[in-house]
Amino acid sequence: MMNDDMKVRDIIHENIINKKNKLDKIMPVFFLLMASISIITTIGILLTLIIDASKFFAAVPLKEIFSTDLAPLNADPSFGILPLINGTLFTTVIAIVVAAPIGLAAAIYLSQFASDKIRKLLKPIIEVLAGIPTIVYGFFAYSFVTPMLMKLIPSLGAKNVLSPGIVMGIMIIPLITSLSEDAMNSVPEIMKEGAYGLGSTKLEVALKVVIPGAISGIMASIVLAVSRAIGETMIVTIASGSSKNFTFDITQSMQTMTGYIVEFTSGDAASGTTGYYSLYAVGLLLFIFTLGMNMLAQYISHKYREEY
Amino acid sequence: MSYESQILEEDIDMNQKKQEKFKIEISEKRISRRIKLSRISRYIFSLSLVFAILVLVILLYRIGVDSIGWLNVNFLTGKLSIFPERAGIFSVILGSVYLTLIVIPVTLILGVSTAVYLEEYASNGKIKRIINTNISNLASVPSVIFGLLGLTVFSRMMNLGSSILAGGLTLSLLVLPIIVVSSQEAIRAVPGFLKEASLAMGATKWTTIKKVVLPVALPGILTGSILSISRAIGETAPLVVLGIPTLILTTPNSIFDDFTALPIQIYYWTLDTVLTPEYANLAAATIVVLLGVLFLMNSAAIIIRNKFQKKF
Repeated sequence: MMNDDMKVRDIIHENIINKKNKLDKIMPVFFLLMASISIITTIGILLTLIIDASKFFAAVPLKEIFSTDLAPLNADPSFGILPLINGTLFTTVIAIVVAAPIGLAAAIYLSQFASDKIRKLLKPIIEVLAGIPTIVYGFFAYSFVTPMLMKLIPSLGAKNVLSPGIVMGIMIIPLITSLSEDAMNSVPEIMKEGAYGLGSTKLEVALKVVIPGAISGIMASIVLAVSRAIGETMIVTIASGSSKNFTFDITQSMQTMTGYIVEFTSGDAASGTTGYYSLYAVGLLLFIFTLGMNMLAQYISHKYREEY
Repeated sequence: MSYESQILEEDIDMNQKKQEKFKIEISEKRISRRIKLSRISRYIFSLSLVFAILVLVILLYRIGVDSIGWLNVNFLTGKLSIFPERAGIFSVILGSVYLTLIVIPVTLILGVSTAVYLEEYASNGKIKRIINTNISNLASVPSVIFGLLGLTVFSRMMNLGSSILAGGLTLSLLVLPIIVVSSQEAIRAVPGFLKEASLAMGATKWTTIKKVVLPVALPGILTGSILSISRAIGETAPLVVLGIPTLILTTPNSIFDDFTALPIQIYYWTLDTVLTPEYANLAAATIVVLLGVLFLMNSAAIIIRNKFQKKF
């Protein structure tokens, strides 16, 4: 018996050595090369943004960058970033004001109140909202939501911040719902049952046990939603217009950072001009904002995670 | 005990009983109020989902109504035109098909290889952590920034201009994280005993991956790749940043030609509705085509996932 065993093992060993399949040596290297493409992509993004943005920062004084004058196509162009940050801020805040309460309420309903049957029916429908391309939302905001809002607010401009903000909020609802629901579902059943055993109602369990227990996941989902809203492009480009005025009036057009990039590239920005490099400066800022938000979300979900 | 004190005691007793009854009444009231509140809140919370579904229905309804009368065979097979009545989107559909033909092989090769490396070859160490973190960060980079990357690297440095190839490569990088993560999950779900059985039979690691891991993980990988391709088909911002011309009347012949794709055409038509209101109908009809394609692809993904996923 012992000898037979040894033989089998020897045969296997021989096989491995004989079959010194060349592929077995090549494939890991090939896979590593392919895997490194993702890292090269990140480095590529950083390099393109930083190199071209630095040309912009070299050409434009800081004082001008932090001003409210934005007129990149004038004969004497000025590049103040504040109108773009302002536009981004307003659309994002409106989107979160719409998405956070609705998304959270939906998450609470799905995790606390809905029966399994209803949840299985509703979740895919919510996911459909997330799968619709943003250009479709842009069309919807511009050709339906804006005219509808105009009936309520007669002074609303054809391009305004309110309508894309609301539609962007609707687009983000599934993100908040699914991430928050995951967090709520990971609150241990024992804690909920303990509260029920003490005579709590479903609402009380939801508000006093589930939400506090899932708060880190909920916060992280909202921060990620902010990041999505900042980076969202087509809805705001179509429905919010390209006004470069520095204003706080949400019934009027404002341009976001993403909208600026799209407007300027599709408007044949000549390579090598300061205007062309300003794209990359705005892109770099956008990159920093969204990356910062994502790191914040990761920090929140690690730091404030309740361990059970 | 005197008579008086006895009465007093009875009085106190009565009082206590009254109080207790009163307490019970109050707490019963409170309980029923709490239960009522809980029941009402159930409906309030469900309103959020009603709202979301309502929006979805209105959106689809509006687009459907706007496209009625415009979405016909001539529209699908005709050439682009500045006159709304004569405009057709054959070359637009073709542009999207060409894009897909680039995105599919590039993302599959890059994405699946990365996933295989991370799950099978990378020892639980630094490289794996770096690549994983990098991919989750890459997934959160706004799509418009991928457009800037494509503009610099593919369009200008490689001199591809706003060709199909430049657009396809840009989109491939954009959806790479989606396919990597889903392939990783699919590969991780392959039970260890299958791999061990193969290795114990003397198969090498690569043979095991080729003959055991990948075939078993295939449905999951396919589902993920369909989802990432449907994301690429609907993506607009990076292509617009690449500087695709507003109106291209020719049909693309090779991957080095300029092109237009479904979402870009929707964008330009929507922008120009101010000048020609009928463009809104053309945009709506194009959206119906786009959503139809996405619906078919997602259905295919769900069918593959449910039908071919093996349970061990």
